[in-house]
Amino acid sequence: MAEHYLRAWLLTDTPTSRRHAKMSALYQGWLSFRSNTMAMIGLIILLLLVLIAAAAPLISPHDPFVQDLGNRLAPLGTPGHIFGTDSLGRDILSRLIYGARITLYIVALVALIAPVVGLLVGTVSGYVGGWVDVVLMRITDIFLAFPRLVLALAFVAALGAGIENAVLAISLTAWPPYARIARAETLTIRSSDYISAIQLQGAGALRIITKHIWPLCISSLIVRVTLDMAGIILAAAGLGFLGLGAQPPSPEWGAMISEGRRFILDHWWVATMPGLAIFTVSLAFNLLGDGLRDVLDPKAGE
Amino acid sequence: MNMLEIENLDVWFGTARNRVEAVKAAIFDVAQGESFGLVGESGSGKSTILRAITGLAPNWSGRITVQQTALTKKRPKAFFKTVQMVFQDPYASLHPRHSVDQVLGETLHLHGFKQIDARVVKLLDDVGLGQKFRFRYPHQLSGGQRQRVAIARALAPEPALLLLDEPTSALDVSVQAEILNLLADLRQEHKLTYLMVSHDLSVVGHMCDRLAVMKDGEIVEIMDVAALQRMEATHPYAQHLLQASI
Repeated sequence: MAEHYLRAWLLTDTPTSRRHAKMSALYQGWLSFRSNTMAMIGLIILLLLVLIAAAAPLISPHDPFVQDLGNRLAPLGTPGHIFGTDSLGRDILSRLIYGARITLYIVALVALIAPVVGLLVGTVSGYVGGWVDVVLMRITDIFLAFPRLVLALAFVAALGAGIENAVLAISLTAWPPYARIARAETLTIRSSDYISAIQLQGAGALRIITKHIWPLCISSLIVRVTLDMAGIILAAAGLGFLGLGAQPPSPEWGAMISEGRRFILDHWWVATMPGLAIFTVSLAFNLLGDGLRDVLDPKAGE
Repeated sequence: MNMLEIENLDVWFGTARNRVEAVKAAIFDVAQGESFGLVGESGSGKSTILRAITGLAPNWSGRITVQQTALTKKRPKAFFKTVQMVFQDPYASLHPRHSVDQVLGETLHLHGFKQIDARVVKLLDDVGLGQKFRFRYPHQLSGGQRQRVAIARALAPEPALLLLDEPTSALDVSVQAEILNLLADLRQEHKLTYLMVSHDLSVVGHMCDRLAVMKDGEIVEIMDVAALQRMEATHPYAQHLLQASI
Protein backbone atom coordinates (compact mmCIF):
# COMPACT_ATOMS: atom_id res chain seq x y z
CA MET A 1 0.00 0.00 0.00
CA ALA A 2 2.80 2.37 0.98
CA GLU A 3 4.47 1.53 -2.31
CA HIS A 4 1.31 2.44 -4.16
CA TYR A 5 1.19 5.86 -2.49
CA LEU A 6 4.85 6.50 -3.20
CA ARG A 7 4.27 5.73 -6.86
CA ALA A 8 1.28 8.06 -7.05
CA TRP A 9 3.29 10.74 -5.25
CA LEU A 10 6.15 10.38 -7.74
CA LEU A 11 3.94 10.35 -10.83
CA THR A 12 1.75 13.29 -9.90
CA ASP A 13 1.08 16.09 -12.36
CA THR A 14 0.96 18.67 -9.58
CA PRO A 15 4.17 18.57 -7.56
CA THR A 16 3.98 20.46 -4.27
CA SER A 17 7.60 21.37 -3.67
CA ARG A 18 10.88 21.84 -5.47
CA ARG A 19 12.17 18.50 -4.21
CA HIS A 20 8.95 16.75 -5.20
CA ALA A 21 9.19 18.12 -8.76
CA LYS A 22 12.82 16.97 -9.06
CA MET A 23 12.09 13.47 -7.69
CA SER A 24 9.11 13.15 -9.99
CA ALA A 25 11.15 14.08 -13.07
CA LEU A 26 13.90 11.65 -12.05
CA TYR A 27 11.43 8.82 -11.46
CA GLN A 28 9.82 9.32 -14.86
CA GLY A 29 13.24 9.23 -16.50
CA TRP A 30 14.01 6.01 -14.62
CA LEU A 31 10.74 4.43 -15.75
CA SER A 32 11.46 5.09 -19.41
CA PHE A 33 15.05 3.87 -18.94
CA ARG A 34 13.89 0.70 -17.21
CA SER A 35 11.66 -0.25 -20.11
CA ASN A 36 14.76 -0.45 -22.34
CA THR A 37 16.02 -4.01 -21.79
CA MET A 38 19.36 -3.65 -23.56
CA ALA A 39 20.22 -0.50 -21.64
CA MET A 40 19.35 -2.26 -18.38
CA ILE A 41 21.70 -5.12 -19.32
CA GLY A 42 24.46 -2.56 -19.89
CA LEU A 43 23.72 -0.87 -16.58
CA ILE A 44 23.75 -4.19 -14.70
CA ILE A 45 27.09 -5.20 -16.22
CA LEU A 46 28.61 -1.86 -15.22
CA LEU A 47 27.19 -2.05 -11.70
CA LEU A 48 28.69 -5.54 -11.41
CA LEU A 49 32.01 -4.14 -12.60
CA VAL A 50 31.89 -1.47 -9.92
CA LEU A 51 31.04 -4.05 -7.25
CA ILE A 52 33.82 -6.35 -8.43
CA ALA A 53 36.34 -3.51 -8.40
CA ALA A 54 35.25 -2.39 -4.93
CA ALA A 55 35.37 -5.91 -3.48
CA ALA A 56 38.50 -7.02 -5.36
CA PRO A 57 40.53 -8.11 -2.28
CA LEU A 58 37.58 -10.13 -0.98
CA ILE A 59 36.60 -12.02 -4.11
CA SER A 60 39.87 -12.54 -5.96
CA PRO A 61 41.06 -16.12 -5.32
CA HIS A 62 44.78 -15.27 -5.48
CA ASP A 63 47.15 -12.35 -5.12
CA PRO A 64 47.38 -10.85 -8.65
CA PHE A 65 51.12 -10.19 -8.25
CA VAL A 66 52.36 -13.48 -6.77
CA GLN A 67 54.34 -15.45 -9.33
CA ASP A 68 54.44 -19.22 -9.49
CA LEU A 69 56.83 -20.19 -12.25
CA GLY A 70 56.21 -23.90 -11.70
CA ASN A 71 52.59 -23.42 -12.73
CA ARG A 72 52.98 -21.01 -15.62
CA LEU A 73 50.58 -20.93 -18.60
CA ALA A 74 48.12 -23.31 -16.95
CA PRO A 75 45.11 -23.80 -19.25
CA LEU A 76 41.51 -22.78 -18.64
CA GLY A 77 39.70 -24.76 -15.96
CA THR A 78 42.81 -25.72 -14.00
CA PRO A 79 41.71 -26.36 -10.40
CA GLY A 80 42.28 -23.15 -8.43
CA HIS A 81 42.86 -21.15 -11.63
CA ILE A 82 39.60 -21.11 -13.60
CA PHE A 83 40.92 -18.73 -16.25
CA GLY A 84 44.39 -20.26 -16.17
CA THR A 85 47.67 -18.53 -15.40
CA ASP A 86 49.92 -16.23 -17.40
CA SER A 87 53.57 -16.52 -18.39
CA LEU A 88 54.74 -15.86 -14.82
CA GLY A 89 52.18 -18.18 -13.21
CA ARG A 90 49.92 -15.39 -11.96
CA ASP A 91 46.21 -16.16 -11.71
CA ILE A 92 44.46 -14.50 -14.67
CA LEU A 93 41.05 -14.24 -12.92
CA SER A 94 42.57 -12.35 -9.99
CA ARG A 95 44.41 -10.04 -12.37
CA LEU A 96 41.20 -9.36 -14.30
CA ILE A 97 39.40 -8.51 -11.04
CA TYR A 98 42.09 -6.08 -9.95
CA GLY A 99 42.32 -4.76 -13.52
CA ALA A 100 38.67 -3.67 -13.23
CA ARG A 101 39.85 -1.05 -10.74
CA ILE A 102 42.34 0.37 -13.22
CA THR A 103 39.77 0.38 -16.01
CA LEU A 104 37.23 2.21 -13.83
CA TYR A 105 39.88 4.65 -12.70
CA ILE A 106 40.77 5.51 -16.30
CA VAL A 107 37.15 5.76 -17.39
CA ALA A 108 36.19 7.96 -14.44
CA LEU A 109 39.12 10.34 -14.88
CA VAL A 110 38.64 10.74 -18.61
CA ALA A 111 34.89 11.21 -18.11
CA LEU A 112 35.65 13.95 -15.61
CA ILE A 113 38.17 15.82 -17.75
CA ALA A 114 37.29 15.58 -21.45
CA PRO A 115 33.55 16.43 -21.48
CA VAL A 116 34.00 19.25 -18.98
CA VAL A 117 36.74 20.86 -21.05
CA GLY A 118 34.71 20.30 -24.21
CA LEU A 119 31.56 21.76 -22.63
CA LEU A 120 33.41 24.82 -21.41
CA VAL A 121 35.15 25.51 -24.72
CA GLY A 122 32.08 24.73 -26.83
CA THR A 123 29.51 26.77 -24.91
CA VAL A 124 31.75 29.80 -24.44
CA SER A 125 32.68 29.69 -28.11
CA GLY A 126 29.08 29.31 -29.22
CA TYR A 127 27.59 31.90 -26.89
CA VAL A 128 30.23 34.65 -27.07
CA GLY A 129 30.88 34.27 -30.79
CA GLY A 130 33.10 36.67 -32.70
CA TRP A 131 36.86 36.25 -32.53
CA VAL A 132 36.63 34.12 -29.36
CA ASP A 133 34.67 31.61 -31.39
CA VAL A 134 37.19 31.70 -34.23
CA VAL A 135 40.20 31.19 -31.96
CA LEU A 136 38.65 28.40 -29.87
CA MET A 137 37.28 26.53 -32.86
CA ARG A 138 40.56 26.68 -34.78
CA ILE A 139 42.33 25.21 -31.73
CA THR A 140 39.68 22.50 -31.70
CA ASP A 141 40.27 21.89 -35.40
CA ILE A 142 43.99 21.46 -34.81
CA PHE A 143 43.35 18.80 -32.18
CA LEU A 144 40.78 17.10 -34.42
CA ALA A 145 43.20 16.99 -37.34
CA PHE A 146 45.50 14.50 -35.58
CA PRO A 147 44.70 10.79 -35.44
CA ARG A 148 43.67 10.23 -31.85
CA LEU A 149 45.98 7.40 -30.85
CA VAL A 150 48.97 9.00 -32.54
CA LEU A 151 48.41 12.26 -30.66
CA ALA A 152 47.97 10.33 -27.39
CA LEU A 153 51.20 8.46 -28.13
CA ALA A 154 53.02 11.74 -28.65
CA PHE A 155 51.68 13.14 -25.36
CA VAL A 156 52.59 10.01 -23.41
CA ALA A 157 56.02 9.98 -25.00
CA ALA A 158 56.50 13.59 -23.92
CA LEU A 159 55.02 13.20 -20.43
CA GLY A 160 56.39 9.73 -19.64
CA ALA A 161 54.64 6.38 -19.47
CA GLY A 162 52.12 5.65 -16.74
CA ILE A 163 48.39 5.49 -16.11
CA GLU A 164 47.91 9.12 -15.08
CA ASN A 165 49.72 10.38 -18.16
CA ALA A 166 47.79 7.97 -20.36
CA VAL A 167 44.56 9.36 -18.93
CA LEU A 168 45.74 12.90 -19.49
CA ALA A 169 46.77 12.11 -23.06
CA ILE A 170 43.45 10.42 -23.84
CA SER A 171 41.53 13.35 -22.34
CA LEU A 172 43.53 15.85 -24.34
CA THR A 173 42.65 14.02 -27.51
CA ALA A 174 39.03 13.30 -26.55
CA TRP A 175 37.66 16.79 -25.79
CA PRO A 176 37.38 18.34 -29.31
CA PRO A 177 34.30 16.36 -30.40
CA TYR A 178 32.53 17.39 -27.17
CA ALA A 179 33.41 21.02 -27.83
CA ARG A 180 31.94 20.70 -31.32
CA ILE A 181 28.70 19.18 -30.03
CA ALA A 182 28.37 21.75 -27.24
CA ARG A 183 28.99 24.62 -29.65
CA ALA A 184 26.44 23.33 -32.15
CA GLU A 185 23.82 22.98 -29.41
CA THR A 186 24.66 26.41 -28.02
CA LEU A 187 24.20 28.03 -31.41
CA THR A 188 20.66 26.69 -31.66
CA ILE A 189 19.86 27.51 -28.03
CA ARG A 190 21.27 31.02 -27.83
CA SER A 191 18.90 32.54 -30.37
CA SER A 192 15.83 31.03 -28.72
CA ASP A 193 13.23 33.14 -26.96
CA TYR A 194 13.92 31.80 -23.48
CA ILE A 195 17.52 33.01 -23.71
CA SER A 196 16.29 36.42 -24.96
CA ALA A 197 13.86 36.43 -22.05
CA ILE A 198 16.55 35.89 -19.45
CA GLN A 199 18.77 38.48 -21.16
CA LEU A 200 15.90 40.91 -20.68
CA GLN A 201 16.10 40.25 -16.94
CA GLY A 202 19.65 41.58 -17.02
CA ALA A 203 21.39 38.20 -16.61
CA GLY A 204 25.09 38.11 -17.46
CA ALA A 205 26.85 35.77 -19.88
CA LEU A 206 28.22 33.58 -17.07
CA ARG A 207 24.78 32.93 -15.59
CA ILE A 208 23.22 32.27 -18.98
CA ILE A 209 25.94 29.82 -19.99
CA THR A 210 26.05 27.87 -16.74
CA LYS A 211 22.39 27.90 -15.73
CA HIS A 212 20.54 28.04 -19.03
CA ILE A 213 22.74 26.56 -21.72
CA TRP A 214 24.62 23.85 -19.81
CA PRO A 215 21.53 21.97 -18.63
CA LEU A 216 20.43 21.61 -22.25
CA CYS A 217 23.86 20.54 -23.55
CA ILE A 218 24.70 18.11 -20.79
CA SER A 219 22.25 15.38 -21.77
CA SER A 220 23.61 15.01 -25.29
CA LEU A 221 27.15 15.11 -23.89
CA ILE A 222 26.38 12.34 -21.38
CA VAL A 223 25.09 10.18 -24.18
CA ARG A 224 28.14 10.91 -26.28
CA VAL A 225 30.47 10.17 -23.34
CA THR A 226 28.93 6.78 -22.62
CA LEU A 227 29.11 5.90 -26.30
CA ASP A 228 32.75 7.05 -26.36
CA MET A 229 33.66 5.12 -23.23
CA ALA A 230 34.24 1.97 -25.25
CA GLY A 231 36.69 3.88 -27.42
CA ILE A 232 38.40 5.35 -24.35
CA ILE A 233 38.83 1.92 -22.76
CA LEU A 234 40.23 0.66 -26.05
CA ALA A 235 42.58 3.64 -26.33
CA ALA A 236 43.81 3.05 -22.77
CA ALA A 237 44.21 -0.65 -23.55
CA GLY A 238 46.00 0.30 -26.77
CA LEU A 239 48.45 2.50 -24.89
CA GLY A 240 48.91 -0.33 -22.36
CA PHE A 241 49.44 -2.76 -25.23
CA LEU A 242 52.15 -0.52 -26.69
CA GLY A 243 53.80 -0.32 -23.28
CA LEU A 244 53.00 3.40 -22.79
CA GLY A 245 50.08 3.07 -20.39
CA ALA A 246 50.02 1.00 -17.23
CA GLN A 247 53.44 -0.44 -16.42
CA PRO A 248 54.12 -4.06 -15.41
CA PRO A 249 53.28 -5.71 -13.10
CA SER A 250 50.08 -3.67 -12.96
CA PRO A 251 47.16 -5.87 -14.15
CA GLU A 252 45.80 -3.42 -16.71
CA TRP A 253 43.77 -5.31 -19.31
CA GLY A 254 45.55 -3.87 -22.35
CA ALA A 255 48.95 -4.61 -20.84
CA MET A 256 47.79 -8.18 -20.12
CA ILE A 257 46.88 -8.69 -23.77
CA SER A 258 50.25 -7.33 -24.73
CA GLU A 259 51.97 -9.89 -22.49
CA GLY A 260 49.81 -12.71 -23.79
CA ARG A 261 50.51 -11.83 -27.40
CA ARG A 262 53.79 -13.77 -27.33
CA PHE A 263 51.97 -17.02 -26.60
CA ILE A 264 48.80 -16.40 -28.55
CA LEU A 265 49.13 -19.48 -30.79
CA ASP A 266 49.90 -22.08 -28.14
CA HIS A 267 48.29 -20.47 -25.08
CA TRP A 268 45.42 -18.42 -26.50
CA TRP A 269 43.59 -17.81 -23.18
CA VAL A 270 46.31 -15.55 -21.78
CA ALA A 271 45.43 -12.83 -24.29
CA THR A 272 41.80 -13.81 -24.86
CA MET A 273 40.50 -13.45 -21.29
CA PRO A 274 41.43 -9.77 -20.84
CA GLY A 275 40.23 -9.19 -24.41
CA LEU A 276 36.82 -10.59 -23.49
CA ALA A 277 36.74 -8.37 -20.40
CA ILE A 278 37.42 -5.25 -22.52
CA PHE A 279 34.81 -6.39 -25.02
CA THR A 280 32.15 -6.91 -22.32
CA VAL A 281 32.69 -3.56 -20.62
CA SER A 282 32.82 -1.67 -23.94
CA LEU A 283 29.60 -3.33 -25.02
CA ALA A 284 27.97 -2.47 -21.69
CA PHE A 285 28.88 1.20 -22.08
CA ASN A 286 27.49 1.24 -25.61
CA LEU A 287 24.21 -0.33 -24.53
CA LEU A 288 23.93 2.11 -21.64
CA GLY A 289 24.65 5.03 -23.98
CA ASP A 290 21.90 3.98 -26.36
CA GLY A 291 19.43 3.75 -23.50
CA LEU A 292 20.46 7.10 -22.05
CA ARG A 293 20.02 8.70 -25.43
CA ASP A 294 16.41 7.59 -25.47
CA VAL A 295 15.82 8.99 -21.97
CA LEU A 296 17.84 12.19 -22.12
CA ASP A 297 17.52 13.42 -25.67
CA PRO A 298 15.51 16.63 -25.33
CA LYS A 299 14.34 16.39 -28.93
CA ALA A 300 12.80 12.97 -28.44
CA GLY A 301 11.08 13.59 -25.11
CA GLU A 302 8.61 16.18 -23.88
CA MET B 1 4.12 62.78 -20.02
CA ASN B 2 5.44 60.32 -22.54
CA MET B 3 6.58 56.89 -21.42
CA LEU B 4 8.30 56.12 -24.68
CA GLU B 5 9.46 58.36 -27.52
CA ILE B 6 10.89 57.07 -30.74
CA GLU B 7 12.45 59.40 -33.27
CA ASN B 8 13.93 58.51 -36.65
CA LEU B 9 14.52 54.93 -35.62
CA ASP B 10 16.36 52.85 -38.21
CA VAL B 11 17.01 49.18 -37.56
CA TRP B 12 18.97 46.95 -39.89
CA PHE B 13 20.35 43.43 -40.08
CA GLY B 14 23.57 42.33 -41.72
CA THR B 15 26.31 44.55 -43.10
CA ALA B 16 27.35 46.06 -46.43
CA ARG B 17 25.77 44.24 -49.37
CA ASN B 18 23.65 41.97 -47.18
CA ARG B 19 22.26 44.86 -45.18
CA VAL B 20 18.50 44.73 -44.82
CA GLU B 21 16.65 47.78 -43.55
CA ALA B 22 14.00 46.35 -41.26
CA VAL B 23 12.71 49.64 -39.89
CA LYS B 24 13.04 53.02 -41.64
CA ALA B 25 12.72 56.36 -39.86
CA ALA B 26 10.02 55.35 -37.43
CA ILE B 27 8.55 58.16 -35.34
CA PHE B 28 5.93 57.73 -32.62
CA ASP B 29 5.43 58.18 -28.93
CA VAL B 30 3.48 56.37 -26.26
CA ALA B 31 1.98 58.34 -23.37
CA GLN B 32 2.15 57.22 -19.75
CA GLY B 33 -0.63 54.67 -19.14
CA GLU B 34 -1.51 54.45 -22.81
CA SER B 35 -1.88 51.27 -24.83
CA PHE B 36 -0.35 51.66 -28.26
CA GLY B 37 -0.65 49.14 -31.07
CA LEU B 38 1.66 48.38 -33.98
CA VAL B 39 -0.06 46.60 -36.86
CA GLY B 40 1.07 45.42 -40.25
CA GLU B 41 1.70 42.25 -42.17
CA SER B 42 4.51 39.78 -41.49
CA GLY B 43 7.95 41.27 -42.10
CA SER B 44 6.79 44.86 -41.83
CA GLY B 45 9.17 45.50 -38.92
CA LYS B 46 6.70 45.60 -36.01
CA SER B 47 8.50 43.09 -33.83
CA THR B 48 11.86 44.53 -34.83
CA ILE B 49 10.92 47.85 -33.20
CA LEU B 50 10.29 45.99 -29.93
CA ARG B 51 13.57 44.13 -30.23
CA ALA B 52 15.41 47.39 -30.86
CA ILE B 53 13.87 48.93 -27.75
CA THR B 54 14.92 45.98 -25.59
CA GLY B 55 18.39 45.78 -27.12
CA LEU B 56 17.85 42.35 -28.69
CA ALA B 57 18.38 43.93 -32.12
CA PRO B 58 21.70 45.71 -31.58
CA ASN B 59 21.96 47.55 -34.91
CA TRP B 60 19.86 50.68 -34.70
CA SER B 61 20.23 54.41 -35.02
CA GLY B 62 17.97 57.28 -34.09
CA ARG B 63 16.62 58.12 -30.69
CA ILE B 64 14.76 55.92 -28.21
CA THR B 65 13.68 57.62 -25.01
CA VAL B 66 12.13 55.76 -22.11
CA GLN B 67 10.80 57.89 -19.25
CA GLN B 68 12.81 60.91 -20.46
CA THR B 69 16.07 58.91 -20.57
CA ALA B 70 17.66 58.37 -23.96
CA LEU B 71 18.90 54.80 -24.48
CA THR B 72 22.50 54.03 -25.37
CA LYS B 73 23.78 50.89 -27.07
CA LYS B 74 24.12 49.00 -23.81
CA ARG B 75 21.06 48.76 -21.58
CA PRO B 76 21.72 49.37 -17.88
CA LYS B 77 20.23 46.94 -15.37
CA ALA B 78 17.69 49.52 -14.23
CA PHE B 79 16.28 49.58 -17.76
CA PHE B 80 14.96 46.05 -17.36
CA LYS B 81 13.10 47.07 -14.22
CA THR B 82 11.18 49.62 -16.31
CA VAL B 83 10.70 47.78 -19.59
CA GLN B 84 9.73 44.15 -19.97
CA MET B 85 8.60 42.05 -22.89
CA VAL B 86 6.19 39.14 -23.48
CA PHE B 87 7.16 36.98 -26.42
CA GLN B 88 4.99 35.68 -29.19
CA ASP B 89 5.39 31.95 -28.78
CA PRO B 90 4.86 30.65 -25.24
CA TYR B 91 6.20 27.26 -26.36
CA ALA B 92 9.60 28.82 -27.10
CA SER B 93 9.87 31.48 -24.42
CA LEU B 94 10.12 29.18 -21.38
CA HIS B 95 13.26 27.17 -20.64
CA PRO B 96 12.29 23.49 -21.13
CA ARG B 97 14.25 22.33 -18.07
CA HIS B 98 13.17 25.03 -15.62
CA SER B 99 10.04 24.76 -13.49
CA VAL B 100 7.68 27.71 -13.14
CA ASP B 101 9.13 28.26 -9.67
CA GLN B 102 12.67 28.44 -11.06
CA VAL B 103 11.69 30.80 -13.87
CA LEU B 104 9.99 33.31 -11.56
CA GLY B 105 12.42 32.81 -8.67
CA GLU B 106 15.46 33.49 -10.84
CA THR B 107 13.86 36.59 -12.35
CA LEU B 108 13.07 37.97 -8.90
CA HIS B 109 16.57 37.12 -7.70
CA LEU B 110 18.14 38.92 -10.67
CA HIS B 111 16.20 42.06 -9.84
CA GLY B 112 17.34 41.93 -6.25
CA PHE B 113 14.00 41.23 -4.58
CA LYS B 114 13.75 39.77 -1.08
CA GLN B 115 11.06 37.34 0.10
CA ILE B 116 11.12 35.53 -3.21
CA ASP B 117 8.79 32.74 -2.05
CA ALA B 118 5.98 35.11 -1.16
CA ARG B 119 6.45 37.06 -4.36
CA VAL B 120 6.30 33.96 -6.57
CA VAL B 121 2.99 33.04 -4.93
CA LYS B 122 1.69 36.58 -5.48
CA LEU B 123 2.76 36.63 -9.15
CA LEU B 124 1.04 33.32 -9.86
CA ASP B 125 -2.13 34.65 -8.26
CA ASP B 126 -1.89 37.85 -10.28
CA VAL B 127 -1.92 35.99 -13.60
CA GLY B 128 -4.65 33.61 -12.51
CA LEU B 129 -2.51 30.50 -12.05
CA GLY B 130 -2.99 28.66 -8.76
CA GLN B 131 -0.33 27.30 -6.44
CA LYS B 132 -0.59 23.86 -8.00
CA PHE B 133 1.22 25.15 -11.09
CA ARG B 134 4.21 26.43 -9.16
CA PHE B 135 6.46 23.40 -9.44
CA ARG B 136 5.42 22.24 -12.88
CA TYR B 137 7.67 22.16 -15.90
CA PRO B 138 6.63 23.82 -19.18
CA HIS B 139 5.76 20.48 -20.82
CA GLN B 140 3.14 19.98 -18.08
CA LEU B 141 1.38 23.24 -19.01
CA SER B 142 -0.99 24.21 -21.84
CA GLY B 143 -0.23 27.07 -24.22
CA GLY B 144 -2.43 29.52 -22.35
CA GLN B 145 -0.90 28.54 -19.00
CA ARG B 146 2.58 28.97 -20.42
CA GLN B 147 1.72 32.44 -21.69
CA ARG B 148 0.44 33.30 -18.21
CA VAL B 149 3.79 32.21 -16.79
CA ALA B 150 5.56 34.37 -19.38
CA ILE B 151 3.38 37.32 -18.40
CA ALA B 152 4.12 36.68 -14.72
CA ARG B 153 7.83 36.69 -15.54
CA ALA B 154 7.48 40.03 -17.35
CA LEU B 155 5.56 41.47 -14.40
CA ALA B 156 8.06 40.23 -11.81
CA PRO B 157 10.34 43.30 -11.88
CA GLU B 158 7.25 45.54 -11.60
CA PRO B 159 7.84 47.30 -14.92
CA ALA B 160 6.10 50.46 -16.13
CA LEU B 161 6.21 49.65 -19.83
CA LEU B 162 5.27 46.22 -21.16
CA LEU B 163 6.15 45.28 -24.73
CA LEU B 164 3.77 42.65 -26.09
CA ASP B 165 4.93 40.81 -29.20
CA GLU B 166 1.76 39.22 -30.59
CA PRO B 167 1.06 37.67 -27.20
CA THR B 168 -1.94 35.67 -28.40
CA SER B 169 -1.20 34.73 -32.00
CA ALA B 170 0.10 31.27 -31.04
CA LEU B 171 -2.97 30.43 -28.96
CA ASP B 172 -6.45 29.04 -29.55
CA VAL B 173 -9.23 31.57 -30.06
CA SER B 174 -10.92 30.84 -26.71
CA VAL B 175 -7.59 31.08 -24.88
CA GLN B 176 -6.76 34.28 -26.77
CA ALA B 177 -9.72 36.02 -25.21
CA GLU B 178 -8.69 34.89 -21.72
CA ILE B 179 -5.16 36.19 -22.15
CA LEU B 180 -6.34 39.50 -23.65
CA ASN B 181 -8.74 40.03 -20.74
CA LEU B 182 -5.98 39.17 -18.28
CA LEU B 183 -3.69 41.73 -19.97
CA ALA B 184 -6.43 44.37 -19.87
CA ASP B 185 -7.05 43.70 -16.15
CA LEU B 186 -3.34 43.76 -15.33
CA ARG B 187 -2.96 47.06 -17.11
CA GLN B 188 -5.59 48.66 -14.92
CA GLU B 189 -4.33 47.04 -11.74
CA HIS B 190 -0.65 47.86 -12.19
CA LYS B 191 -1.08 51.11 -14.16
CA LEU B 192 0.98 49.71 -17.02
CA THR B 193 1.78 51.21 -20.39
CA TYR B 194 1.49 48.76 -23.29
CA LEU B 195 3.21 48.72 -26.64
CA MET B 196 1.53 45.89 -28.46
CA VAL B 197 2.40 44.30 -31.77
CA SER B 198 -0.30 42.44 -33.63
CA HIS B 199 -1.44 41.60 -37.12
CA ASP B 200 -4.99 41.20 -35.86
CA LEU B 201 -6.89 44.50 -36.06
CA SER B 202 -9.72 43.29 -33.85
CA VAL B 203 -7.22 42.52 -31.07
CA VAL B 204 -5.70 45.96 -31.42
CA GLY B 205 -9.15 47.56 -31.54
CA HIS B 206 -10.02 45.80 -28.29
CA MET B 207 -6.76 46.44 -26.44
CA CYS B 208 -5.32 49.74 -27.65
CA ASP B 209 -6.03 53.48 -27.53
CA ARG B 210 -3.97 54.39 -30.58
CA LEU B 211 -2.21 52.45 -33.27
CA ALA B 212 0.40 52.79 -35.98
CA VAL B 213 0.12 50.99 -39.30
CA MET B 214 3.40 49.71 -40.72
CA LYS B 215 4.34 48.65 -44.22
CA ASP B 216 7.81 47.56 -45.40
CA GLY B 217 9.54 48.98 -42.34
CA GLU B 218 7.82 52.35 -42.47
CA ILE B 219 5.03 53.74 -40.35
CA VAL B 220 2.43 54.86 -42.89
CA GLU B 221 -0.24 56.10 -40.53
CA ILE B 222 -0.91 56.74 -36.85
CA MET B 223 -4.54 56.91 -35.78
CA ASP B 224 -6.70 56.39 -32.72
CA VAL B 225 -8.99 53.46 -32.20
CA ALA B 226 -12.13 55.55 -32.74
CA ALA B 227 -10.90 56.30 -36.24
CA LEU B 228 -10.13 52.63 -36.72
CA GLN B 229 -13.68 51.72 -35.78
CA ARG B 230 -15.06 54.35 -38.18
CA MET B 231 -12.70 52.92 -40.83
CA GLU B 232 -11.23 56.37 -41.44
CA ALA B 233 -7.76 55.67 -42.68
CA THR B 234 -6.13 58.23 -44.94
CA HIS B 235 -3.25 56.19 -46.30
CA PRO B 236 -4.32 53.80 -49.07
CA TYR B 237 -2.45 50.83 -47.52
CA ALA B 238 -4.05 51.42 -44.11
CA GLN B 239 -7.44 51.65 -45.81
CA HIS B 240 -6.70 48.42 -47.63
CA LEU B 241 -5.76 46.73 -44.35
CA LEU B 242 -8.99 47.87 -42.72
CA GLN B 243 -11.05 46.62 -45.66
CA ALA B 244 -9.31 43.26 -45.57
CA SER B 245 -10.03 42.77 -41.87
CA ILE B 246 -13.80 43.00 -42.09
